[in-house]
Amino acid sequence: MSSFMQQVINGLSLGSIYALIALGYTMVYGIIKLINFAHGEIFMIGAFVGYATIQFLNVGLVPALIVAMAASALLGVIIERVAYRPLRKSSRITALITAIGVSYLIQNGMIQWVGPNVRPFPQVLSNVRYDLGLFSISSIQLIIFGTAIVLMVALQLIVHRTKMGKAMRAVSMDPEAAQLMGINVNHVISFTFMLGSALAGAGGVLVGLFYNTINPMMGFLPGLKAFIAAVLGGIGIIPGAMLGGVLIGLTETMVVAYGDSLLRDAVVFVILILILLVRPSGILGKTTKEKV
Amino acid sequence: MLEVKDLTVHYGAIEAIHNISFSVKEGEIVSLIGANGAGKTTILKTISGLIQPTNGQVSYYNKAIEKESAKQVVKEGISHVPEGRHVFGGMTVFENLEMGAFLRKDKEGVKSDLKRIYSYFPILEERKKQDAATLSGGEQQMLAMGRALMSRPKLLLLDEPSMGLAPIYIQSIFDIIKEINKEGTTVLLIEQNAKVALQIADRGYVLESGEVVQTGTGQELLESDAVQKAYLGG
Repeated sequence: MSSFMQQVINGLSLGSIYALIALGYTMVYGIIKLINFAHGEIFMIGAFVGYATIQFLNVGLVPALIVAMAASALLGVIIERVAYRPLRKSSRITALITAIGVSYLIQNGMIQWVGPNVRPFPQVLSNVRYDLGLFSISSIQLIIFGTAIVLMVALQLIVHRTKMGKAMRAVSMDPEAAQLMGINVNHVISFTFMLGSALAGAGGVLVGLFYNTINPMMGFLPGLKAFIAAVLGGIGIIPGAMLGGVLIGLTETMVVAYGDSLLRDAVVFVILILILLVRPSGILGKTTKEKV
Repeated sequence: MLEVKDLTVHYGAIEAIHNISFSVKEGEIVSLIGANGAGKTTILKTISGLIQPTNGQVSYYNKAIEKESAKQVVKEGISHVPEGRHVFGGMTVFENLEMGAFLRKDKEGVKSDLKRIYSYFPILEERKKQDAATLSGGEQQMLAMGRALMSRPKLLLLDEPSMGLAPIYIQSIFDIIKEINKEGTTVLLIEQNAKVALQIADRGYVLESGEVVQTGTGQELLESDAVQKAYLGG
């Protein structure tokens, strides 16, 4: 039992990172109906910026997180402006292929620039384990939970309480009617990329902490898994991305603990196939109408 | 206040409207009537900046606005209630009304306008916390109109307000259009339901396949043979 509880804690911390990344996929999809396959690379850049900030500026985790989020936000906005906006009126498949192209461009650009080798993520905090009887929790896991929860609450507040957040919801529901309110749709789209990318950047730093290593290819698999999480929860639906992320993280951890660790990725893709076959709109797809 | 001159709009290679001219004077209710596909919606979308015309001018208080963005047009006091309501589902009635005041900074004015809109449409106040998608068609029409009024427009563009509504709602919607007009908002209305549209109109224009074919006061058009035959079954 205690070992099971332990796996739940491990799964939840991995899942909350997936959830942070999945939010960016889902928000961007909600607003321009594009699966931004470069999102995994934004997450990777976030990890590298966090790494560089800690390594070269000798700062703590919080400043590194903030710098990584800001840099990722900027990168997301630039990608949208340069690669997607000129294609706004093109077919969706054109934009999708472009997204894959952007993804490879950034990945290979980074391989070229910093090299393909894996580097250790600096350990900014001593990893203490707190034994709570049924399970133990590490300080890194606490940081991951804390950061993920704070960011998700902040996101909910932005989306529901601020003018820009409400404009996001309006644009995702009905872009033309939103324009008639005087909402500048381009600004709202930039804002959405900014928010989603900042969350991915934070996810990158947390993954660096969690796995201790980073490399230029690290965006690929977590990016895909977060995308699957977004689809599982119901793409376009914010709470769906959170739920999907946690479920994928739990599943993956359980497969490693009780099944075969070689199947950890395969199982996640099986989930994607099943959800597309059985309930393509995702778990929360029908019951809630909130789309961003 | 609004002068549309020789307006031509294309969707790709297809010409939706051809050399349309009409005007709206301050304080009037003007109705554009015509069958489906006559280009009525295109005209309103061009005025509100959603579509760029191929040719022609739209001037508003003697200023050319046909190249302006939708945002700029709203800022200058033109508000558009789109065909089919287009309320924001997933957002509450109150949030929908808030979106209508998106560009306004005067909080007090917004508050008093909200009160005014609740007095026109008491049902909206009752349902203010409800998801707009759960409203009936008539209630959504009221919400779409209330939302448009939240920008405190000088000119209100209404696209098919009677579409798909029960007769009891049509009457009350048109009563309120008259009231809104009396309180100083100029109204440009497009309708397939020629009878109700002409009854409340000061003046009207009849459109056929993208062109103006007849004009006159609301009463004249109601009584004219062509309109009687084409739209009123008589």
